[in-house]
Amino acid sequence: MTKQPILDVRGLTMDFGGIRALNSLDLDVTSGEIVALIGPNGAGKTTFFNCITGIYTPTEGNIWLTPPGGKKKISLNGLKPNQVTEKGLARTFQNIRLFSKMTVLENVMIGRHCRTKAFIFGAIFRTKATLQEEQDILQSSYAILEKVGMADFADEFADNLPYGAQRRLEIARALATEPLLLLLDEPAAGMNPQETQSLEHLIKQISMEGQAILLIEHDMKLVMSLSDRIFVMDYGKKIAQGTPLEIRENPAVIKAYLGEEVDA
Amino acid sequence: MGIVKELKKGALISLWFVFLTFPVMVIKVDPIARTVVWRWENALYMAVGTFVVYYIAQFFLKKKENQKEASEEKGLNHSIIHKILQNPLQRNIFVGVLAVAAVLFPQVLSAYQTNVMTTALMYVVLGLGLNIVVGLAGLLDLGFVAFYAVGAYTYALLNHHFGLGFFTVLPIGGLMAATFGILLGFPVLRLRGDYLAIVTLGFGEIIRLVLENWGEFSQGPSGISDISRPGFFGVDFDLQSSIIYTYYLMIILVIVTIFVVNRLQDSRLGRAWIALREDEVACQAMGIDKRKTKLVAFSLGAFWAGIMGVMFAAKTTFVNPASFTFLESAIILSIVVLGGMGSIVGVVLGALILILMPEYLRALSQYRMLAFGAILVCMMIFRPQGLISNIRRTYTFKKKTTNSLSK
Repeated sequence: MTKQPILDVRGLTMDFGGIRALNSLDLDVTSGEIVALIGPNGAGKTTFFNCITGIYTPTEGNIWLTPPGGKKKISLNGLKPNQVTEKGLARTFQNIRLFSKMTVLENVMIGRHCRTKAFIFGAIFRTKATLQEEQDILQSSYAILEKVGMADFADEFADNLPYGAQRRLEIARALATEPLLLLLDEPAAGMNPQETQSLEHLIKQISMEGQAILLIEHDMKLVMSLSDRIFVMDYGKKIAQGTPLEIRENPAVIKAYLGEEVDA
Repeated sequence: MGIVKELKKGALISLWFVFLTFPVMVIKVDPIARTVVWRWENALYMAVGTFVVYYIAQFFLKKKENQKEASEEKGLNHSIIHKILQNPLQRNIFVGVLAVAAVLFPQVLSAYQTNVMTTALMYVVLGLGLNIVVGLAGLLDLGFVAFYAVGAYTYALLNHHFGLGFFTVLPIGGLMAATFGILLGFPVLRLRGDYLAIVTLGFGEIIRLVLENWGEFSQGPSGISDISRPGFFGVDFDLQSSIIYTYYLMIILVIVTIFVVNRLQDSRLGRAWIALREDEVACQAMGIDKRKTKLVAFSLGAFWAGIMGVMFAAKTTFVNPASFTFLESAIILSIVVLGGMGSIVGVVLGALILILMPEYLRALSQYRMLAFGAILVCMMIFRPQGLISNIRRTYTFKKKTTNSLSK
C-alpha cells in the first residue's frame, strides 16, 4: 500500500467575522487508516468537516484529495458540497439528518444519486439504460444495507428507526456514495454502551474492507481502540498528533481536556 | 370537573362568535326606510350553532387522537383507495369504471356539465404540475398562476398575430412557461420556506401587472379575444361538438400528465426532489446538485401550467389578466394541500372536489369563499396530510433480480 495521503489539508483557516474558528490546520489521512479528530467542545472539529465538505468556504488553505492508483490529486477548494461528495468525500452529521419521510432503502438509494445519471428523459420513457441503472441502484443499496445489518428495516420509514439504527443508516447512506474517505461526525453521540460497541464493530468492519475513515468523536474509549492516528484540536489549532499511545501521554492534550494545574 | 370546564369553554367560544358576528347578523340597517332592525334572535342562533359545532369538532378531535394511537400500533394506515390501487384486479376494475365514465360523460350529460368537467380536469393538471414543485420538491410556490398566464398569452398572442394553431402552440406554451420557471428559479435558489413564498407571490403579481399595463404587447385589461378553439385536421366544429372535443382532449392530457408525473416521481429525479424536501443540507452532502434539482422542479411544474394556459385560452377563446389573479394560485395550492402533498390520486381528487363543488353549490355561491376557508381550516386540523396521503414506494427484492411494486 502506498503511503500517499488520500486527504491532504494544508494551512486551513476559517474566520467567522473576528473569530478564527480554524487556525492554519494541517491534517492528512492515508488510505485504509482510521484517523480520529478530537478536542474539547467548540474546538472547531465540526467546522473543519464543514470546510472540507464545502458547506463553508475556508478563508485560507488548501484541501487536496488523491484517488488511489497514482492518479492526480484534486483540489477541493471552492467546490460545492455535492461536488465534494462526487469527488469522494462522504460525511455523516452530528445531529442526524436523515430523510425522515423516505424509507430506509430509499435513503441509501439517494446516496447512489451522484454515481448515476438518469434524468428527465430517462425517467419518463424508462429507457433500457434507465431501467438497468435503477436495478443497479436497488441492488447496491440493498447490499449496503445488508453490510450494515439493516436489510430487515429496508421498507421502514427512517424516522421510525431507533436512535442507534438511524446513526447506522447515516453511515450506510454515506457509504453508498462510494467515498474515498468517509467522514463520521460523532457517530457514537447519545448511544448507550451496547450501541457504541456494535458501532465500533461496524466501523472496524468497514475499515477492514479498505475504507479510509476520518472520525470526530468524544467517546475516548472508542477513539483509542479504533484509530490508527489521532489529531487533537483546541481553539481551532492542532495541539497534538500521533498514535493513541502518544496522545494519551501528551501534556498539551491533558491540559486541553483537564485544564492546567494551579498552585494552591 | 372536566365536563364543567368543557361547557365553560364552549360557552365562552359561542359568546365570542356572537360578538364577532354581531354587526353582520344582528344589526340590519335599511337605508331607504331609514330604520335599524335589531334581529336579536340571530344572535341566539349563532350562539347555539357555535356551541354545537364546537362540541362536534371536539368529538372528532378526540376520535382522531384515539385513532392516531391505534394506527401507530398497527403501523401505517392505508386508505381505501390505496387498498384498491394496490390490488391489481381491483385496480383494473376501478380504472375501467373510471374510463367508461369518462368516455360516456359528454354523451350522457349536457354541454354545460361537460364544460364544467373540462375546467375541473384542467385544474387536475395544474394541481399535478404544482404538486411537483410543492408536494415533491417542497418549494412553496404562491405564484404558480404566472406560468398559467404565460401559457395562455403565448397561445393568445401567437394565434392573434401569426394565426398559429392550438397543437403547434401547445408544446411552445409549455416550453415558454418552463423557461419562465427557470427564470424564476434562478434568483430564488437560495431561498426557502416563507421567503420563497413571498418572492414567488411577487413574481405572480409581476406577470399579471405586466400583462395588464403593457398595452401594446398584451392589449392590457381588455384582453385578447377571438382565439381559435382546438382544431381537428381542419374540421369545423359547432360550439356543442367543440366542447365535447375539448373535453376528450383534456382527458387525454390528464392521462398523459398522470403518466409522466407518476414516472418522474418514481425515478432517480423524484427521489432527489423528495430528499430535497426532507433535508436540503443532507441532500447536498449526498451529492445531489441542489441548484439543478430545484430548477428542474420549477421548470417541469411550470411546463404543465403552460400547457394548461394554452388549453385555457383555446377553451374560453378569450384571455385577459383578470383570469390570473392570486386567487387562482391559492386555489391550485389548496388543491395540492387538500388532496395530499405528493400524492397523485389525492391531487386528482382534490381538484375535482374543489372545482366541482362550487359549481354544483351555486345556490350558496355567496358563501363560497367562506366554505372554502372553513374546509381548509378543518382539513388542517383533522387531516393535515391531505385527503389521500402519499405512501412511499416500497421495493421488493428477490435474490439478484428485483421487482418493484408501485404503490
